[in-house]
Amino acid sequence: MAERLFTWTIWLSAALVAAALVWVIGDLVRLGMAHLSLDFLLSVPRDAGRSGGIGPILVSTVLIIGVTLAVALPLGLMAAVWLAEFTTRGNALGNAIRLSLDVMAGVPSIVFGLFGNAFFSIYLGMGFSILSGGLTLACMVLPVFIRTSEMGLAAVSDAWRHGASALGMTRSAAIWHILLPAASPAIGAGIMLGIGRATAETAALIFTSGYVDRMPESLLDSGRSLAVHIYDLSMNVTGGDAAAHAAALVLIALIVVFNLLAQWLTDRWLHRRLIA
Amino acid sequence: MILSRASSLYRWNIDRTLAPLLLLAGLLCTAILLLIVLFLSKEAWPVLANGGWRAFIADNGWYPREGLFGLLPMLAASLVVMLGAITLAAPVGLGCAIFLQFYSPPVLRRGFRLLLSLLAGMPSVVLGLWGLTVLVPLVARWQPPGTSLLTAILVLAMMIVPTMALAGAAALSLVPAEMISGAAALGMGPRSRILYVAVPAARRGMLSGVLLSMARALGETMVLLMVAGNVVQYPHGLLEPVRALTANIALEMAYATDLHRAGLFASGLLLTLLVLVLAGFAARSLRYG
Amino acid sequence: MMGKRSLIVFSALLSLITPMALSAQRLTLTGSSTIAPLALEIGKRFEQQNPGVRVDVQTGGSSRGVNDARTGLADIGMASRALHESEADLTAYTIAMDGVCMILHRDNSIDALSDDQIRDIYTGKIRNWRELGGADLQITVVNKAEGRSTLELFLAYFGLNNSQIKASVVIGDNQQGIKTVVGNPGAIGYVSIGTAEFEEQNGSPIKRLPMNGIEASTAQVRAGRFPLSRPLNLVTKGAPGELALQFIRFTQSPGVDDLVEGQFFVPLEH
Repeated sequence: MAERLFTWTIWLSAALVAAALVWVIGDLVRLGMAHLSLDFLLSVPRDAGRSGGIGPILVSTVLIIGVTLAVALPLGLMAAVWLAEFTTRGNALGNAIRLSLDVMAGVPSIVFGLFGNAFFSIYLGMGFSILSGGLTLACMVLPVFIRTSEMGLAAVSDAWRHGASALGMTRSAAIWHILLPAASPAIGAGIMLGIGRATAETAALIFTSGYVDRMPESLLDSGRSLAVHIYDLSMNVTGGDAAAHAAALVLIALIVVFNLLAQWLTDRWLHRRLIA
Repeated sequence: MILSRASSLYRWNIDRTLAPLLLLAGLLCTAILLLIVLFLSKEAWPVLANGGWRAFIADNGWYPREGLFGLLPMLAASLVVMLGAITLAAPVGLGCAIFLQFYSPPVLRRGFRLLLSLLAGMPSVVLGLWGLTVLVPLVARWQPPGTSLLTAILVLAMMIVPTMALAGAAALSLVPAEMISGAAALGMGPRSRILYVAVPAARRGMLSGVLLSMARALGETMVLLMVAGNVVQYPHGLLEPVRALTANIALEMAYATDLHRAGLFASGLLLTLLVLVLAGFAARSLRYG
Repeated sequence: MMGKRSLIVFSALLSLITPMALSAQRLTLTGSSTIAPLALEIGKRFEQQNPGVRVDVQTGGSSRGVNDARTGLADIGMASRALHESEADLTAYTIAMDGVCMILHRDNSIDALSDDQIRDIYTGKIRNWRELGGADLQITVVNKAEGRSTLELFLAYFGLNNSQIKASVVIGDNQQGIKTVVGNPGAIGYVSIGTAEFEEQNGSPIKRLPMNGIEASTAQVRAGRFPLSRPLNLVTKGAPGELALQFIRFTQSPGVDDLVEGQFFVPLEH
C-alpha cells in the first residue's frame, strides 16, 4: 500500500514539473508564434526590435557562449581534476577552494555584471565587448561546472586508478585517457547546467557585452545577447511584446540545441575514447 | 586516490608539472572570488567606513534620496523567499530525481531529462515575464496586488526544481548498484530501497544540489524584480509584496550616486557574506554528516 | 596532440579577437534606457547616411549617462530629465519631449481625478475606489523605484517625498507599469503618455486620466499644455567633437521626427 502511494507521489512530482513547463511554453507559443519566421531568425532588427529579426543577436549570443565555454571548460576541468585527484577530504587548501567556489555560485548575477564591468571592461580595457561578457559569464559558470565534474571524478572507483598505476601509466595519462572519460556523464551535466546559466543571463551582460544590436565583427565588438534583447523588448520598448515572446521561443530552442549537442559530444567523444 | 610516482620509464616527467598547473587553476578560482569581494568592498567603503552600516539596521525604511538606509526588511524578504522556494522545490526535486533514476521507463528518461534541462535553462527574464503576465493576474484575482511573496516563491521554485532534480539524479546514479541490489536481496521493497538506502547514500550529492539551489535562489534578481512587488517592508503575509536585496540592487543601481550607490554595493557584500555563511555550514555538515 | 586542425582553429580564433582596421569612426552613447531605443534607431539612420561611422548605444540609466559624459567614457550621455544644478558643467541638447500621465484600468468607472485625490491615494489616505464613487475595489498603488526621473517628476509636481508614499507595487520600467495595471483592475499608476497611447490603441485595457482637465495626449504635450512633462536630453561636457555635434544636430532635425514618433515621444517644434 505504501508502495503504491510512493509510486504515485513520484510520478506526480514528475508530472507537476512537466505540466509547469508545458504551461509556460504553451503561453509563450500562444503569444509569440505568430511573430516567428525564417526571416525573423536571419534579418537585422528594425524599429528597436519590434520588426525585422534577431540575426546579429543570435550571432552575438553564440559568440558569447563560445567564449564562456572556451575559458570555463579547460580552467574548470583542471580545477576539478586538482580537487578530485590531488586533495584529500581534510586538505585545507582544497576546502578553501571549494568554499570559494560555493560562494561564487551564490553571488548575485548583477554583482557579477558590475564586477565584470569594472574589471574586464574598464580595468583591462575591453570596453563593452563580447569578450568581456563571455569572461564574466565564465566566472559565473565555473563553480557549478567544477562542482559537478569534481563529483563525477570522485565517484570513479579507485580500482581504475590502481589499474592505471599498475600498467605504469603516468597520472596525467590516467586522468586524460581513463578518468575523464569515465566521469563524462557528470562533466556533460556540468556543461549543460553551465550553458543553461550562461544563455539565461541578463543582468551580468547588460554592463559587459552591452546593448548594440549590430552584427559583431570581432570579439571586441559590443553585442547584445538574446536574453538582454528579450528583456529590452518586454520591459523597455513599447509594443515589443510579440517580438519578445518570439525571441524567447528562439532562445529556448537554442538551449535545446546546445543541450543536445553537449549530450552528443560527451557521449561520443569522451565515452568512445574509453571503450575504444 | 593514489599518490603514486610517475613511471620511471619516461624521461620527461609530466606529472611533476601537472600538479602545480592544476593547482594554479584552482587558485585562480579563489583569486576571482577575492577580486570580487575586494571590488565590492572598495565600492561600499564610503558607507562602511564611517560606521554608516549601522544605518542599515537602525534606519526606519529605505529612502536613499532622503538618507534612510534601513535594509533589514529586504534582507528578511530575500531569506524568506529563498526558504519558501526551497521548501517547495526540495520535495518535488527529490521526487523528480527518484523518478528519473528509478521509475521512469527508458523511453521517457531521455525526454524527461531534456525537459528538466530545458526548465533549468529557462532564462529568468522569460520566467519573470511569464510570471508577470500570467501568474500575477491570477493571484491578483484572489487578492490584489498579485505581485507578492507567494508569486515570487512559486516562480523561484520553478526555477530551482530542475537543478535539484538533475543534481539529485546525478547523485543517485553514482550510488553503487550493488548497494541497491544488496538491499533487494535483504527483502526490501522499491520504496524502502530508495528511501532508506539509495537516498542516504546519495545525500552528499543531494545536499550539494540543495545548497547550489539555495545560493541560486538567494542570488536571483530578474524574477524577483518582476513578480515580487518591490515594496520595502517585512514579509508579513504571503500575498503581500516584498523587495529582495538583489532586486533592490538591480532596480536602483543605474540611478544611484555616491552614498546611495555605496549602500547598494554594501548590500551586495552582505549577500555574498550570507552565501559564505551558508556555504560554510554546508562544508561543516558535509564533513561530519 | 597539437595537430594541424587545432592550429587552424587557434588562428581562426585569434583573427576573431583582432578587430578590423579601425577606419570607422566610432561614436559612443550611454545612459537612459528610455532614450536608448530611440538613439539606436537614429544611430542606424545616421550610419546609413554617413558610411564609415559607427554609433554604439549602451544603457545604464540617466545618472550613468551624465557621469560617462563627464569622465569621457562616452562621447554623448543620454538623460531623460533636465540637468540638475550640480551638473552645470555639462551641456544638454533636448531631442524630444515626453509626458507622464496617470493611468487606470479601462474597466475602472472613475474617469478623472483631481490632484488632491491623487495625492491622497498615493499617501494611503484613500484605500478603496468606493470612497471616490467607484466600485468596491481595493486600490493598488503603483509607484516607480527611487532614482527614476519619472518618480522625481511625479514627486516634484505633487509636492511629496517618497517616504510619504504608500505603494502596493514598485516598478522599474514603463512596461512593467503597464503590465501591472493591465493585470489589476484596481490599479493606478503613472507612465509615459506616448507609451500609454500606443498600448491603448493596441487593445491594452488601460485608460489615461486627464490632469487638471487637460487631456493626456502627445498632442497636448506638443502644445506645451500638459503639466507633467520632461525633456529627453543628449548631454556633453563642454563643446562636443565634430562627429558628436553632427550627430546631435541630426537628432534635432525634422529628418528623424518619424523615428521619435515611432518610439512614442514628442518631436520638437522646428
